[in-house]
Amino acid sequence: MSLLDYFRSSKSKTATVAKERLQILVAHERYYRNKPSYLPQLQEELLAVIRKYVKVEQDAISVKFEQDENQETLELNIVLPETPKQQEYSS
Amino acid sequence: MARIIVVTSGKGGVGKTTTSAAIAMGLAKRGHKTVVIDFDVGLRNLDLIMGCERRVVYDFINVINGEANLNQALIRDKHCNSLFILPASQTRDKDALTLEGVEKVLEELSKDFKYIVCDSPAGIEKGAHLAMYFADDAFVVTNPEVSSVRDSDRMLGIMASKSRRAELGMEPIKEYLLLTRYDPDRVEAGEMLSLEDVQEILSLHLLGIIPESKAVLNASNSGTPVILDEKSDAGQAYADVVARYLGEKRPHRFIDSKKGFLRKLFGGK
Repeated sequence: MSLLDYFRSSKSKTATVAKERLQILVAHERYYRNKPSYLPQLQEELLAVIRKYVKVEQDAISVKFEQDENQETLELNIVLPETPKQQEYSS
Repeated sequence: MARIIVVTSGKGGVGKTTTSAAIAMGLAKRGHKTVVIDFDVGLRNLDLIMGCERRVVYDFINVINGEANLNQALIRDKHCNSLFILPASQTRDKDALTLEGVEKVLEELSKDFKYIVCDSPAGIEKGAHLAMYFADDAFVVTNPEVSSVRDSDRMLGIMASKSRRAELGMEPIKEYLLLTRYDPDRVEAGEMLSLEDVQEILSLHLLGIIPESKAVLNASNSGTPVILDEKSDAGQAYADVVARYLGEKRPHRFIDSKKGFLRKLFGGK
């Protein structure tokens, strides 16, 4: 390491920041790229239906879409509350 | 049978038209009959970069609509006999481009030309989609800058799923990286993404690095593709790109910074 490098390394380099931001962003975007565009809406509507009958949190439902050579799988995962009381809503 | 090359990027202002003009000229100068098509309908600029703006009579849309035939619309380049330009329309909008129309024109050009270079508009809309749809090879023009790299990645995703080759389950488009406006000094100072940084994200076959260069603006000022400025760094970099594309092995240049006196003194790499 040269003397100049020593002084330079004292502040974080913007190119390093740029690369880190890009890596995260691109990985995220690639993950969502090949999925059907209706997924977020499907998740929202499913949640609305489930909440009509069971009290679950916003993040208690996850919709996973997986793709391999032969098939596409849609996996729904709903975490029910610990004491699953069937709540009847009068209205 | 012609080879169809799309010059694309997603982001605007990264050097697509400069690159299209340079590589089309480079291929033609090596004796390959080449045509370069401006897909930026409504905002044509390739004619200006090629220096033939005053010779445009008919355009791409006229040919698609059958208002002119190809021979009437093609403009022969003044520097090179084997290079032709098919300009975009300035008065129509991008909806004037149709898949069938583009296909028909490309098929006709394929009979006569060795290389068809498609200069894509920015964005991911119809013009950009049609420019890449029939491509065999893609030159992805990227600046070492976050938004450009992100958009290039986006464009690669689109080419992998929405091109003709993808839809027909053929061998995918060959994708090449052209890193433009590269400033080795700023890379060394940690102020610009390096070639390695960009490749870590995009991992494409590198066709060349075009350094940030005054020659590019000078070339566009005078309407001469920068590759004809053989003394300039950018001109030489584009000549290397063409040679590599044609299968020659040439070491990459313009990656290392020209070390200043002070930096030498302090032992910079």
